[in-house]
Amino acid sequence: MDSNKKTLVVFSGDLDKAMASLIIANGAAAMGNEVTMFFTFWGLNILRRPEKVSTRKTFLEALFGWMMPRGAGKLGLSKMNFGGMGASMMKIIMKQKNVSTVHELLESARDLGIRLIACTMSMDVMGLKAEELIDGLEYAGVATYLGAADEASVNLFI
Amino acid sequence: MAEKFINCRGLQCPGPIVRLFKEAKSCDGGDIMSIEATDLGFKKDIAAWCKKTKNELLSLEEEDGVIKAKIKKVDQA
Repeated sequence: MDSNKKTLVVFSGDLDKAMASLIIANGAAAMGNEVTMFFTFWGLNILRRPEKVSTRKTFLEALFGWMMPRGAGKLGLSKMNFGGMGASMMKIIMKQKNVSTVHELLESARDLGIRLIACTMSMDVMGLKAEELIDGLEYAGVATYLGAADEASVNLFI
Repeated sequence: MAEKFINCRGLQCPGPIVRLFKEAKSCDGGDIMSIEATDLGFKKDIAAWCKKTKNELLSLEEEDGVIKAKIKKVDQA
């Protein structure tokens, strides 16, 4: 176990949980840690590109893609979302208080060399293609995450 | 030995430590980093940051809601 390594599983695609995980990850990197974030299931939506990318999909995959938030700017709150109104309110408050957006935190994470791993099995299940996700990602499975988690002193599931 | 001033006023967590971490990279051992922040948590955070990154916290004070810290960069062996 290396006390300089931290891993996070980002399972949720909620705005608040995405923020919490990215703030912890950025903070850990700023403490000199090697950080690995493993994005799976709903967490993958955080990594989607905001623009529409045309890809070959089955009907169900396309429907899934349409129903899920397209990127960091479209996430809802895990509590008090009220059809997106809560998330909009939260974003206004965050801006007033100069809190970084999920997009900015992701940029910062890449800048600090945090490993961002997209779970390929979840991508397949949810019909998300690599072209639809932001740049700078690694594509891997559970073994890669477990390999990193084995060496880490902190491992979070958010 | 250089002294660097880092203004983190208005930045929210984890802004100040991320900024400090980046600035520290371009400093040499013995350099002093003078940092100011308005995030209240920074007062505790800076001590934890220094401990973890093995840099020396020379002084820490709070004045009208502004936290001022002086840190000496320690060469990491």
